[in-house]
Amino acid sequence: MGKRRGLEVSLAISEAVKLSRPDVIAAYPITPQTHIVEELAQMVADGELDSEFIMVESEHSAMSACCGASATGARAFTATASQGLALMHEVLFIASGLRLPIVMAVANRALSAPLSIWGDQSDIMAERDAGWIQVFAETGQDAFDLTIQSFRWAEDPRVLLPAIVNIDGFTLTHVIEPLEVESQEDIDSFLPPYDPPIRLDPEKPVSIGPVGFPEIYTEIKKQQNEALLGAYPVIVEVWEEFEKAFGRKYSPVEEFMTEDARIIICLAGAISGTARIAVEQMRSEGKKVGLLRIRLWRPFPFEDVRKALCKAEAVSVIDRALSFGGPGGPIFSEIRSALFPLDEKPSVLGFIAGLGGRDVTIENFREIVEETEQVLDGGEEFEYKMIGVRGD
Amino acid sequence: MENKGWKEYPIAATIFEPGSSTNQNTGSWRNEVPERHPEACNKCGLCWTFCPEAALFLNEEGYYEVDLDHCKGCGICAHECPRGAITMVKEGE
Repeated sequence: MGKRRGLEVSLAISEAVKLSRPDVIAAYPITPQTHIVEELAQMVADGELDSEFIMVESEHSAMSACCGASATGARAFTATASQGLALMHEVLFIASGLRLPIVMAVANRALSAPLSIWGDQSDIMAERDAGWIQVFAETGQDAFDLTIQSFRWAEDPRVLLPAIVNIDGFTLTHVIEPLEVESQEDIDSFLPPYDPPIRLDPEKPVSIGPVGFPEIYTEIKKQQNEALLGAYPVIVEVWEEFEKAFGRKYSPVEEFMTEDARIIICLAGAISGTARIAVEQMRSEGKKVGLLRIRLWRPFPFEDVRKALCKAEAVSVIDRALSFGGPGGPIFSEIRSALFPLDEKPSVLGFIAGLGGRDVTIENFREIVEETEQVLDGGEEFEYKMIGVRGD
Repeated sequence: MENKGWKEYPIAATIFEPGSSTNQNTGSWRNEVPERHPEACNKCGLCWTFCPEAALFLNEEGYYEVDLDHCKGCGICAHECPRGAITMVKEGE
């Protein structure tokens, strides 16, 4: 049975990692992720967690060490944020290309310059195409559960890909929430030890990561993409099994008051908590507004998105990241792509909000819905707008 | 490597048989080939030591011969030989 505890979300992730019995943790501290690995280091030092904790000199080394560990068949975990994630960039592609089921928590934070330690999702959006499975958490419970679940889908022999759990920096990592911390016994029966089909073994040598000549590179990338697309049913299966074991239901997208909604706000991450309150308020005033939260980001749940949004008149997509010189926000461009093939489709409007730790308030959500209403009522069309930006 | 469909390759192109690099005939890249002059050679083995491709091997008489399947024609052996016992000539001449 689980135990209800008040925990800082970072520490809840550390608990989830501990319960997942990783063999190797390689990490470097960076705000706002530090509490996660600091707590894990403490657990190892106190003898509560039997893992090899590798203190590395950079995030590039942290991810490299995780790759090496995972290639020997070890269960490996790391966590990072922002500049640290950017420094891992090239190794992220190696982890997915080598099909190493490393699990990583990313405490989403803005990228420099100007220097910002505060939250947004620019860091992870720059790694969108790194080939990792990616989910976004809304709550501490989400973060705790998704961390444990990530080991399951990453290590599934039908998948074998690394997995990221995104948690908004500060607005999620540093808040204290009541949550169910499951027992070691229950997690052990949900998450069996990793059984790698291929691993580095001196008794049975293999070469991992050889040169891919032009004659075979495309075929290997096709394999990798099929594995990521094929992760979708495995993820859903893991969620069904998790619900049976622990009673908490998970889905690729989460709908709130979308039935009969004229306008649906669409976003990923912890600001959905505020969005829910804003939607409830607007509903009580008679506005037909709903909310769609993207939990599964890669593989992208195209069908779920289409199903949830097809009946709305407009979709207001909120991104905490900006695709400079491009289509606005990365979630916006994905949603628009998902809806494009439909014969009758909602208008899709993009909104950039919550950059570099700026709060996304109930007022902001109201403003977003008002802007969307104006377009629906014949006002001037636009592709995307930055919300709350000062000046004309 | 044989050209197969994407499902036929091992995951992430993993190689299970050791020594598979010898299957790549890197000698096909060559545009110069080492020509040996055994009368000048004192079997010192510097060519063998410096060859980055391990494309020189010892024959029964104690001289170093070139494995033309893997020699890329870089000319390091000819450059290092102190007795001029190897010279580079254009491939096919």
